[in-house]
Amino acid sequence: MSIATAMAASGRRSFSTAALRGILRSPRMSSSLVAGLVMLGLVVLLALFGPRFVNARLAAVGAVRPSQAPSAQYLLGTDSQGRDMLTIMVLATPQTLRIGLIAGVVGMAIGLSLGLLSGFFGGAVDAVIRVLADSLMTVPGLAIMVIIAASVGHMTVELMGLTVAALAWMHPTRAIRSQVLSIRERSYVSVARANGESELGILFREVMPNLVPYIAASFVGAVSGAILAAVGLEAIGLGPNDVHTLGTTIYWSEKFSAVLRGQWWWWGPPIVAISFIFVGMFLLSSGLDRIANPKLRMRT
Amino acid sequence: MSLDGEREVLRVEDLRVVYETSAGPVRAVDGVSFSLRAGERMGLIGESGSGKTTLGTAIVRLHRPPARIESGRITVDGRDFLDADERAMRQLRMRELALIPQAAMNSLNPVMRIGDQVADGILAHEGKLPRRDIAERVARALAQVGLPASVAERYPHQLSGGQRQRAAMAIATALQPKIIVADEPTSALDVVVQRQVMFTLGRLQAGLHAAVLLIGHDMGLVAQFADTIGVLYAGRLVEQGPVDDILDTPRHPYTRLLIDSLPSLDDKKPLRGIPGLPPSLLNLPPGCPFAPRCPFAFERCRVETPMLQPVGARQLAACHLYPEHSELPPLPSDAELPEVPAVHAEVEAIAP
Amino acid sequence: MTPLLEVRHASKIYGGSLLGKRDTTVALEDLSYSIADGEPSMTAIAGESGSGKTTLAMLMLGFLKPTSGQVFYRGRDVASMSSTERRQFRREVQPIFQDPYEAFNPFYRVDHVLETPLQRFGLARSRSEARGQIAEALERVGLRPNETLGRFPHQLSGGQRQRVGVARALLCRPKVIVADEPVSMVDASLRATILASLQVLNRDLGISIIYITHDLTTAYQICDNIVVLYLGKVAEVGTVERVIRTPRHPYTQLLVASIPVADRRRRWGEDAAGDSDATTHAHAGRTGCPFAPRCPAVMPMCHDSPPPLFMPDGQRAAACFLYRDAPVLPTADVAAVWEREVA
Repeated sequence: MSIATAMAASGRRSFSTAALRGILRSPRMSSSLVAGLVMLGLVVLLALFGPRFVNARLAAVGAVRPSQAPSAQYLLGTDSQGRDMLTIMVLATPQTLRIGLIAGVVGMAIGLSLGLLSGFFGGAVDAVIRVLADSLMTVPGLAIMVIIAASVGHMTVELMGLTVAALAWMHPTRAIRSQVLSIRERSYVSVARANGESELGILFREVMPNLVPYIAASFVGAVSGAILAAVGLEAIGLGPNDVHTLGTTIYWSEKFSAVLRGQWWWWGPPIVAISFIFVGMFLLSSGLDRIANPKLRMRT
Repeated sequence: MSLDGEREVLRVEDLRVVYETSAGPVRAVDGVSFSLRAGERMGLIGESGSGKTTLGTAIVRLHRPPARIESGRITVDGRDFLDADERAMRQLRMRELALIPQAAMNSLNPVMRIGDQVADGILAHEGKLPRRDIAERVARALAQVGLPASVAERYPHQLSGGQRQRAAMAIATALQPKIIVADEPTSALDVVVQRQVMFTLGRLQAGLHAAVLLIGHDMGLVAQFADTIGVLYAGRLVEQGPVDDILDTPRHPYTRLLIDSLPSLDDKKPLRGIPGLPPSLLNLPPGCPFAPRCPFAFERCRVETPMLQPVGARQLAACHLYPEHSELPPLPSDAELPEVPAVHAEVEAIAP
Repeated sequence: MTPLLEVRHASKIYGGSLLGKRDTTVALEDLSYSIADGEPSMTAIAGESGSGKTTLAMLMLGFLKPTSGQVFYRGRDVASMSSTERRQFRREVQPIFQDPYEAFNPFYRVDHVLETPLQRFGLARSRSEARGQIAEALERVGLRPNETLGRFPHQLSGGQRQRVGVARALLCRPKVIVADEPVSMVDASLRATILASLQVLNRDLGISIIYITHDLTTAYQICDNIVVLYLGKVAEVGTVERVIRTPRHPYTQLLVASIPVADRRRRWGEDAAGDSDATTHAHAGRTGCPFAPRCPAVMPMCHDSPPPLFMPDGQRAAACFLYRDAPVLPTADVAAVWEREVA
């Protein structure tokens, strides 16, 4: 065994599910990965369990005394419509995450399928998909989303997610496509062919498993991009009007001149929450990138 | 070419290089010592896992963590190289001691002209120089490797593989070093181009009267080029001596088996490999690292690690057979060869 | 008799555009070669990079389609085979690749590459039968199943991985194995074992081996016949005894002279070919002999038209006008050189 394989054996570099445990123990759990996981973990916990511990009625208009600064009774104060900010935050965060997830999942699903088809089969299929993705990428996404959002009568969380997804699939498509292009040329794909594997079989059994780390890294990027786009739309009033989200909270605070009136507890918490989510996503994505990208080639 | 009276330009004493891995330290170079005189050509033969590339980069102190020089001494032209501080070392590097790294032709900057890349090294050592002087030095460096001055204007992708390798050699030797360490300079090249590049290396060496340490795995290539050979196994020098002596009478069993495994153009003989695998450097067996695969191993070999000792007129070998024997006994018949894979035995039975 | 595998007037040209042919690369030009059925042989296809040897290998394996010409297997054109015929072709003509690192999907254990062909080609009727066949194949190449199975590729050495590759090809019960530089990335001391296993497959199991290489020494050691390619055309072809021991084509002579032999009495000799290598001449106009720009024996007629294959002595042909007084090979199929007694 050479030095390189000795090192590799100690680091246990491989991507099978069985080795996932090895990965968790390995030096690849960088500090950014851990930090990102912790931060997002907290947000997810809040999103999952928070709503059970608050009284949703406190977030309705006129539920409590309006325009109160944070106090012992109302930890994050109240807005000028008489809603409890803490309750709003606990209810809004999961909704924002949902939009991000829907957009991320739909965008990635489209991106993955198109990227695989385009990269693996090439030819006319590739040409069509590539032209489509490239031209749509140049379109100012926010402008299109504004048009879509404004023409929808009743905007819901799900519709919001789909709207954002409509313009979120191009980047994953291109990223997956280029990975597939390079994997396609590897000898093990030819070996699979020699082993009698069908082209689709190769796609699913040989190419896909090696894409998992790239998909994961891409997914996190897609979700954070989606949240950003969603917050942008919500902040100008195009968000869902039946639930609270972080972006709509900002919108309402702006509409009621919270800044001018010094009601920092109205616009402050959503911004802090959004920033926290973003930093967590960024750290997670950079940690995943470290795992996905330099696959040490084991040269004896 | 006689080397008597030439001064010593490189001396490596008991060099040990360790890789720190999470599974423990791996000693890639374990107490290597040798010296080179001006104009001497030495070849270092080793297979994968022998530590030859680690040795090459460590001598020039271009090794990267997790590799670490644990102990030893390197003296360049009388001056201590290992203990030299950062500045003194960078002065010595390139000017006295140059490394042509493995796959050097692939490490050329694709967006810079060759001339600029050669000039880079010169300028880094000598500060600003007038344009004309730079151009002249670049042309001289290129001429040393048999490339016309017009190559300075070209980009790497416009050159062939052999030309790129020679350009890389020009960059490394632009400051006319006294010692050149060439790590597998021709491994990616075709056999015809390989010969051209090796000739170039020879002409370069003669022009600079430099000492060359050629590191490789191809015994034939090294034999054609070098005057002395060192054989590396598991990070140790197991045999050393003039090339003719080693080829005629290899004294270490590994060297002997290695030479025997070389296919020849003279007659079709049954192919022999060396049974077994190179040892894991994480779990080196006690005693001689070659013992598990050695047809002559006996008790002492598995307990005590042999040291390099003089055998014959000008050879050194690290083997417990000496000094009791004066040379290797004949290889045992197949029945006694250790751990031969099934197929090997079949071929022996079939071959005429 | 129908040859087993036949390449007929195959050419492979890359590049080219609607505007013209300026940027084309001719990887292979008008090559015809066949492997006889029932006479398992070991043939070397030798050349440097750019010679077209890998292209020829890919054509034989059906991984590439020729730009012109055809590839036949058992008399049927590969391009128009039925799916059953294709399946048989795919199973019976197997590759071994050069790079032991890239030939394994890092996601799976090495068992994956051994189990898949048995499943896909229906070669084992039960899991235990499959396990038995796998164990037998591994042992045939000198590996111990309990030390090899269950491991990930990075846990095996390069030499072991190559041997698994040979075992994999074996499991398919092929008729032809096309080995593309199978030992060039393996240590010298392990090459012999792998090459020896190829010889055993040929002698014991009757499998024809096509050995693609740039190393004439190993070609000489294990093969019976050799085809030397230069820039997509055949330079010399014949038995290894003739071609490698007494090369006639100037290119073959250059190749043989450049081999570094571990014997100081056989010095490399002076630098004969000067500054150039094949790649600097690859795009030159292909009107004459492709080796003409570098040939020490070049004559004016060499630039006019490409030389046909002349047979200056038995069991060998060289595409060189130096031998224009000798008879020309009557068929395009270069295998005829050693299959028939043409004086």
